[in-house]
Amino acid sequence: MAIGVKVMKRPGAEISYLRATLKGMALTLSHLWRPKVTMQYPEEKSSKDWTLSPRWRGTHRMLTDEQGRAKCVACGLCPQICPANCIKLVPGEDEQGNRYPLIYEIDEFRCVFCGYCQEVCPEEAIHVGVHYENSEYSRDRFVYDLERLCAQTHPVSTLWDPSDPKGE
Amino acid sequence: MTFFLVSSIVKIVVVFTVIMVGVALLTLAERRICAWIQDRLGPNRVGPQGLLQPAADGLKNLVKEETLPARADKVLFMLAPAMSFIPALLTFAVIPFAAPLPTPWGDVDMMVANLPVGFLYILAFGSLGVYGIVLAGWSSNNKYSLLGGLRASAQMISYEIALGMSTVAVLLLAGNVTLTDVIAKQAQSVFTWNVFPLSLAFFIFIVAAFAETNRLPFDLPEAEGELIAGYHTEYSAMKFSMFYIAEYSNMVTASALMTTLFFGGWDIPITTWDNTPPWTTLKTLATLAMFSAKVMCFLFLFIWVRWTLPRFRYDQLMALGWKVMLPLALAYVTVIATAIWFLHDRLGWTYDSRFALALFALNLVLAVPLFFVLDRGHLIAGSVAEQGERA
Repeated sequence: MAIGVKVMKRPGAEISYLRATLKGMALTLSHLWRPKVTMQYPEEKSSKDWTLSPRWRGTHRMLTDEQGRAKCVACGLCPQICPANCIKLVPGEDEQGNRYPLIYEIDEFRCVFCGYCQEVCPEEAIHVGVHYENSEYSRDRFVYDLERLCAQTHPVSTLWDPSDPKGE
Repeated sequence: MTFFLVSSIVKIVVVFTVIMVGVALLTLAERRICAWIQDRLGPNRVGPQGLLQPAADGLKNLVKEETLPARADKVLFMLAPAMSFIPALLTFAVIPFAAPLPTPWGDVDMMVANLPVGFLYILAFGSLGVYGIVLAGWSSNNKYSLLGGLRASAQMISYEIALGMSTVAVLLLAGNVTLTDVIAKQAQSVFTWNVFPLSLAFFIFIVAAFAETNRLPFDLPEAEGELIAGYHTEYSAMKFSMFYIAEYSNMVTASALMTTLFFGGWDIPITTWDNTPPWTTLKTLATLAMFSAKVMCFLFLFIWVRWTLPRFRYDQLMALGWKVMLPLALAYVTVIATAIWFLHDRLGWTYDSRFALALFALNLVLAVPLFFVLDRGHLIAGSVAEQGERA
């Protein structure tokens, strides 16, 4: 025996097949001439309906001071907070006792783009950026070294502000 | 004799080429119109407005790997795409697509083969296409393919009857099965186009034609949601492509057939300049353009309907075929035969606009109750059962 299925009673007077079909056809026909929503990606990267959010967390960027040196003081907070363990930092110290990173590498493959490194940084040196096009021809190119991080030019992320949750 | 051979070969090559190119462009048209209906742009990167997309697709299909399921029936698996592809192209052979072309050696009929049994040939070859689909489903050794193939055979057999019945009315009016005569009979004025005196036959024909070409809302043999891709699940590369070409050439043929049987073929409306000798090259070109325009309208209709309507359930499909279309077609043939007998034999009218308009009026009278009943869903009901009844 088949399982009993509850069958809904349909309102006979409102049933319409041909009229509904014709109505549907008219609707689809009218859509032929409506403005299209497609964005022609590589040529067109933002439109009036859609732009990348300023909060977007993408490719990292290291900010530099007036002399073009990285602002990083190699305090070690970012490798500490990083949940994906993708930051490699070897600190160094010069004659005046200023700390600076000897090696600073971010593996963009491991990174989960949480933005904690930017939040935790006391010198506002490391940032996640409003940028998403980072394809390469080989895997090892995804480990960004300090020089490459400093050379990035895209805008940095504003991150989410708890006092202004909607970004207004 | 030499002239006949040469002209036939030229026509075969030209018609074959035009259909293949047309089918290729039709796949592009389908994708772009579908995109527009969905507020997208569709493929527009390869060539201007994506015009070279079919060439890219073709190239891709040629160099793709051919798969052969280990437990498939090899011979039938190889044969099936050809068996659906060839009848689809053959059917077009008897359709007249323009006024005769004058040449220094005599007039050339603008159809590949001027068969006296033209229409019967179309019915015969139209049914052959189902073999390719059934064999593809069977030989794949895959349950989805098999179900697709079985559905295709059941569906095509069911609707073949309604299709044949609806055209009986056309043949009654034309008094002949030769397609050139069917067109000549319709060419007198706009109102003698069979769509007016035989509107309901056209309605039945167009529904059956959608089912015969396995297009939505009747594409149950493929039904992605249930059967993956139906009968061509196991096919890849060019063999898969051949099923596609077959489907689209079936669409072209069905459109050409609707044009020929109901919309006056290559006849240009209003004027009779185009269908009276002496034939000139200009007349051939003008009528060819007219024919192409009509066919394209129907092709657009096919695409438009596909991207509008949802698919039937299988039992609805069968119910519609056997309980609605078949009795409707039978009853219609009886009524129209009586009407033609009355007008022609009793009142002694010859076939002209008056005759056609009288039949058109009859069609309108019949159409009102029919469409009312169809619309209310008394005939194609959903799975409506009384409450509490156990299925």
